[in-house]
Amino acid sequence: MKRIDHAEASSFFIAEKENEAFHDKRLWDLRQKRDHQRDDVPEWNELRELASAIKEHTLSHLSDYLEQFEDNAKKNGAHVHWALDAEEHNRIVHEILADHGVNTLVKSKSMLTEECELRPYLARRGIDVIETDLGERIQQLDDEPPSHIVVPAVHKLRGNVADVFARTLGSDPDNDDPHYLSEQARVTTRPYFLAAEAGMTGGNFAVAETGAVVVCTNEGNADLSATVPPLQLASVGIEKIIPRTEHLAVFVRMLSRSAVGSPITQYTSHYRKPKDGGELHIVLVDNGRSERLGMEDFWTSLKCIRCGACMNTCPVYRRSGGLSYGGVYSGPIGIILNPTYDLRKYSNLPFASTLNGSCTNVCPVKINIHEQIYQWRRILSEHNQLPFVKKAAMKVTGKVLADPKAYRRTIAATDVAMEHLPRFLLYTRFNAWGKQREVPVTPDQTFHAWYLKNRGTS
Amino acid sequence: MSSRKMILDAVSRNQPSAASLPEVPAFDRDLPPPWQQFQERLAGMGGKFARPVPDGNFDALVRELHPDANIICSATPEVTGNRDLSDVREPKDLDDVDVGVVRAAFGIAETGSVYLSEMEFGVNALGFLSQHLVVLLDPTDVVGNLHHAYRRREFADAAYAVLMTGPSATADIEGVLIHGAQGVRSLTVVEAPRPSV
Ligand code: SF4
Repeated sequence: MKRIDHAEASSFFIAEKENEAFHDKRLWDLRQKRDHQRDDVPEWNELRELASAIKEHTLSHLSDYLEQFEDNAKKNGAHVHWALDAEEHNRIVHEILADHGVNTLVKSKSMLTEECELRPYLARRGIDVIETDLGERIQQLDDEPPSHIVVPAVHKLRGNVADVFARTLGSDPDNDDPHYLSEQARVTTRPYFLAAEAGMTGGNFAVAETGAVVVCTNEGNADLSATVPPLQLASVGIEKIIPRTEHLAVFVRMLSRSAVGSPITQYTSHYRKPKDGGELHIVLVDNGRSERLGMEDFWTSLKCIRCGACMNTCPVYRRSGGLSYGGVYSGPIGIILNPTYDLRKYSNLPFASTLNGSCTNVCPVKINIHEQIYQWRRILSEHNQLPFVKKAAMKVTGKVLADPKAYRRTIAATDVAMEHLPRFLLYTRFNAWGKQREVPVTPDQTFHAWYLKNRGTS
Repeated sequence: MSSRKMILDAVSRNQPSAASLPEVPAFDRDLPPPWQQFQERLAGMGGKFARPVPDGNFDALVRELHPDANIICSATPEVTGNRDLSDVREPKDLDDVDVGVVRAAFGIAETGSVYLSEMEFGVNALGFLSQHLVVLLDPTDVVGNLHHAYRRREFADAAYAVLMTGPSATADIEGVLIHGAQGVRSLTVVEAPRPSV
């Protein structure tokens, strides 16, 4: 597998100056909206503690909870399938669809199905898969993967979307009004909801006590996919289990607040039983998760609820765009997940970070993201997967970048919002994301001094 | 060996040492008056709030809210409409509905959400294929926060349940907020005490 060169890939994005500037601004805006919501919930940090503890408990009893979930889902009349890996997941889904003579599948956004590359698999077998989330639809029509786990087309400007829609949906190429574009997506997608023989969603949570799969969306597309066609499928990663319905409150209170800064998604949907005369199939997917569960330094990454807050706050992600990470997951969470799939392919990713710890501070389930990034760097150096430039970069940027403890001493757990990182950290000549505004590395100011001078100003 | 067994075996083998499950408090001290907060949060999520209906003529209100509507389909006894839900054979029959009308089982002040399930919808797609949704809600049915909501037994009984908060929305193009992405274009909550039995 070819090694992903994040620095080179991000240089393409950075060349699109307008996109990069907007991307940076838009994601920073989401981060600030998130801060605003956090301040509105007095028990925020208590909720984070609880969320983290509930996840740790569940993951430490995962086999029991999986069986409990399966029992209850079956009692509800759902079919439960188990998939070891992406290939088996795709095969199971295809078999279900083929058995029911499905030609068209309407689908809501699911990072798991991206991970499994389900869409091309089904396309090769003659099944038309329609992504119904607007951002995901834009990406599908442009033949690109999502660049962000919550806002898949965030790297595109309205003009880019107008081009894609004009080319693929026949809309007016000169009309780039987002209202017009969104309406085009609505009216061209609607016939698929009516024609599709099956609908598919992912799952944000799966409740062991009730056998319910819970999906959080804003557009209503997941519910259209689930409530209109007779056959319903949901693919769920095995780490998505939580013990009881009451635990949903803890996660739902934080998910959308962390993701886009709204108190809740417009739709929080709980699927338990098939509709009358229909079927509900739930596919529980491992695909590397059980193995990750045994990795001492990395198993807590399975607590992730895919809110994207760590991406929105990350100065490197904001400037380089999700596609430059070359994996399904991007940003800080992508840095710690992708290498578990392929260490060599993603050996550059752990360097796409300044280790400033901002990701860790915003994470609603308290994953020590930046420490895991640092840990991946160590593993990579032990495996001799360190690319030459990175070796040099580590020397130049010195102790602070390489040693998260130095950061921890300064930023601790203050959840400080850092819109601008010190230039000497971001813009070394080894980092493409700094190239455009290249500043000679003049570390006459230490990180610590910079921090003392700047904290509280943004 | 089945994949099921292989996954469960691998999980048992690898799962970290047992961590305990914390109690989740209700976080309900000093909550603001629920009905007022519900209205504020609903507005914040793009939902609307209708004028009071002292004469109980909800049909007139729905007409007033949506004067151009041709097809009104109601799952409530309060509103008659002109499309009978019992005639619906398949969910997609509801494709041409302009306004759907339902009564929420309860609301949530913290988020401005309403709880709806197959019990309330009759046909679940009514909440999504309709162009607009009108939701009747009794102010005494509003709970303070999500902890209270998720302790209600409705979740254990429903085949399908949704917390719906304002209309369908997207901000996927340059962060511009647009209502009516795929689901309903507007959601209006009407204060409607439950008829006494
Ligand atoms: S790692 Fe944390 S902040 Fe990042 S997406 Fe997952 S839950 Fe959200």
